[in-house]
Amino acid sequence: MIKILLSRLQQGHRTTKYPAGPPPELPDRFRGRVKIDFARCPMACRQCQQACPTAALQKAEGSFGGSSAARMRIDLGKCLFCTDCAAACPHGAVTHDKDYRLTTRKREDLIVCDEPPRPACPLDKPLLRILGRSLRLRQVSAGGCNACEADSNVLGTIGWDIGRFGMQFVASPRHADGLLITGPVSDNMKLALEKTWQAVPAPKIVIAVGACAISGGPYAGHAEVHDGAASVVPVDLFIPGCPPHPLTILDGLLKLLGMARRISEI
Amino acid sequence: MNGLLQLRNAQAVRADSVPRLSVEEFREAVICAVEGGARLSAMFGRPAEGNRLLVTAVLANDPDGTLQACSTVVDGGYDSITPDCPQAHWFEREIAEQWGVRPQGHPWLKPVRFQPPCRPAAGQPPAAERPVIGVTDFFRVEGHEIHEVAVGPVHAGVIEPGHFRFQCFGENVLHLEISLGYQHRGVERAMIGGPTARSSHYMETLAGDTTIGHATAYCQLLEALSGSHVPARAEVLRGVALELERVANHVGDLGALAGDVGFLPTLSYCGRIRGDVLNLTAMLCGNRFGRGMVRPGGVGFDMDSARVEELLKRLAVIAKDTAISANLLWDTPSVQARFEGAGTVSRELAEQIGLVGPAARACGLERDIQNHHPSGIYRFAHIPLSGWDSGDVFARAYVRWLEIQRSLAFVSEQLRSLPEDVVMASPSSPAGNRFAVSMVEGWRGEICHVAVTDDRGRLAAYKVADPSFHNWFGLACALRNQPISDFPLCNKSFNLSYCGHDL
Repeated sequence: MIKILLSRLQQGHRTTKYPAGPPPELPDRFRGRVKIDFARCPMACRQCQQACPTAALQKAEGSFGGSSAARMRIDLGKCLFCTDCAAACPHGAVTHDKDYRLTTRKREDLIVCDEPPRPACPLDKPLLRILGRSLRLRQVSAGGCNACEADSNVLGTIGWDIGRFGMQFVASPRHADGLLITGPVSDNMKLALEKTWQAVPAPKIVIAVGACAISGGPYAGHAEVHDGAASVVPVDLFIPGCPPHPLTILDGLLKLLGMARRISEI
Repeated sequence: MNGLLQLRNAQAVRADSVPRLSVEEFREAVICAVEGGARLSAMFGRPAEGNRLLVTAVLANDPDGTLQACSTVVDGGYDSITPDCPQAHWFEREIAEQWGVRPQGHPWLKPVRFQPPCRPAAGQPPAAERPVIGVTDFFRVEGHEIHEVAVGPVHAGVIEPGHFRFQCFGENVLHLEISLGYQHRGVERAMIGGPTARSSHYMETLAGDTTIGHATAYCQLLEALSGSHVPARAEVLRGVALELERVANHVGDLGALAGDVGFLPTLSYCGRIRGDVLNLTAMLCGNRFGRGMVRPGGVGFDMDSARVEELLKRLAVIAKDTAISANLLWDTPSVQARFEGAGTVSRELAEQIGLVGPAARACGLERDIQNHHPSGIYRFAHIPLSGWDSGDVFARAYVRWLEIQRSLAFVSEQLRSLPEDVVMASPSSPAGNRFAVSMVEGWRGEICHVAVTDDRGRLAAYKVADPSFHNWFGLACALRNQPISDFPLCNKSFNLSYCGHDL
């Protein structure tokens, strides 16, 4: 017993102060959103586009800064946040920024040029009244590789402790207010996912975590998968990454519950 | 020796040098080799002339560090190897499911992942022939007071899906049948014709918690096929990343095992420490799971001296915190009472069914690719093999703790003596008509990748055998005559991959 007590003293208090305090320090090599320096990008070579494993980079025609031009556009829902595009660019125009806040409410908001994605807004008032102070989630892995699962699960450890915000992963869909889905939705998991969603009492929400759950990720277009959660159920929150950093997931969950600002103002 | 091709880990040979034996000779060769102490590391089919099937077996001879390969052409049916060589059990089911051949006399011929048949080899699978997931004739125990418990595919925890069917007499499990396939994403099929821009990403997400392990096996294989050289510094960094992956997962497992017996201190501490180890991997490459770290030709990220210093500093803190958390387990009688004697697998059984990794070493078997078939940095720097012999949950936990300590020591030692070199060699393409086997000791055990190239150097066949493929049956065996309430504990003590199995 004494050893347990001494170990408790030695381990200390480890829960992050975020969002009331600063977020935990991200590694200096952290890979956030892909940014393209258009002053350096000649738009002719398209080497980044060819190197991209998931066709997340596309040429976009449109009006930028008052003049019509062509620019590369990135779909953060397809992006694996790998280094393939940056390594392929001969002009050094492609980099990753350090912003972990990438979550959106709409799929199309993840498609951006050089602006950050439109931040996720909170749930509608009536839904927020029901779920805002207590959100229980059933996690369903539908072809997920166990990385998104692990970095969602980690939010329940003492380092992050989402219980502070009334959030918890629960064992049964009957106990849940929504699903947190990972994986591209393998054909073999489609029925189980549908049944699990049906088993969650209404009103309910769905959160898609990771490139696979948003777009199919590297498995997009495979006959064995359904290219993401939205092919089966309506999705309320998109959290991009491969896998998303726990901080990205937490930021998204807090924004959905309208807590991101509320707490940081305290 | 018995007409088999001899080769070594990460060595490429001419594809036509793999001998084609008659079915009888092939059976004889595989059965004799396994009786002589070899292990069946991989067995897979690929299309041969005239709508027949070329079946290739890869055997590992641990004592002398060699691999053996042979193949045979199968047409429709053949006499199953499994009755004489139980290690072939899961492989023969897989081949039968994928290619429609029939291993006659196979005692348990059921789907392994309910995937559509692979024939015709190219193109999309025909939808009409799809088997329905989870619909199979589960083994049933009949009798008064016998009841059946079905669990999954969706489980209670935040884990991957799979189906477990228990036959119980009261609390006691008479038989457990494990039915997987829910995670099937078509990885092996998609690798054919490559390498493409996606190939590395398939490997990194094949089992996300084993990103470094599978990516290293893949890169080693491509480098063997193309005859390219990896800089020494890159080999060291690959080893560092692989051991960090092992430490992170083992620490997480010790915490989860503590949680499954209701011992919260170690659960809480190890849950947090595991994250700290993942953050070390993120220091290397920016991603907690090591995405982008291992690439064909070397590694994607170099280290500088400041980064090495910081990593060593954090590593020392992690080593101390982990020691305190893990030792609480061994010092607490209520934990030991639950660990000891739970889910015991005998050494004989482990040998017979071909267990790998910590699960095998916990049964007293000396099986470790790093020691017996070393590649990369492990040819020069040895990590002592960690073992125990009680074969129970305690042994599987304790082997992990031994491995954590040795891996942490290895990482410190290697980082202190990083060779000066570049970290990426200029890549070259795989040569045509080559055959190669690549093995890595991942944190779950032996990862085996086998590839064959066509005459233009594209991948004509790609076989992945995740350690889970060997070990799922071990979990089923471990549950016999155990209380069903110990299932979560036994399951966690193996902690196998669903997607690594389902591919």
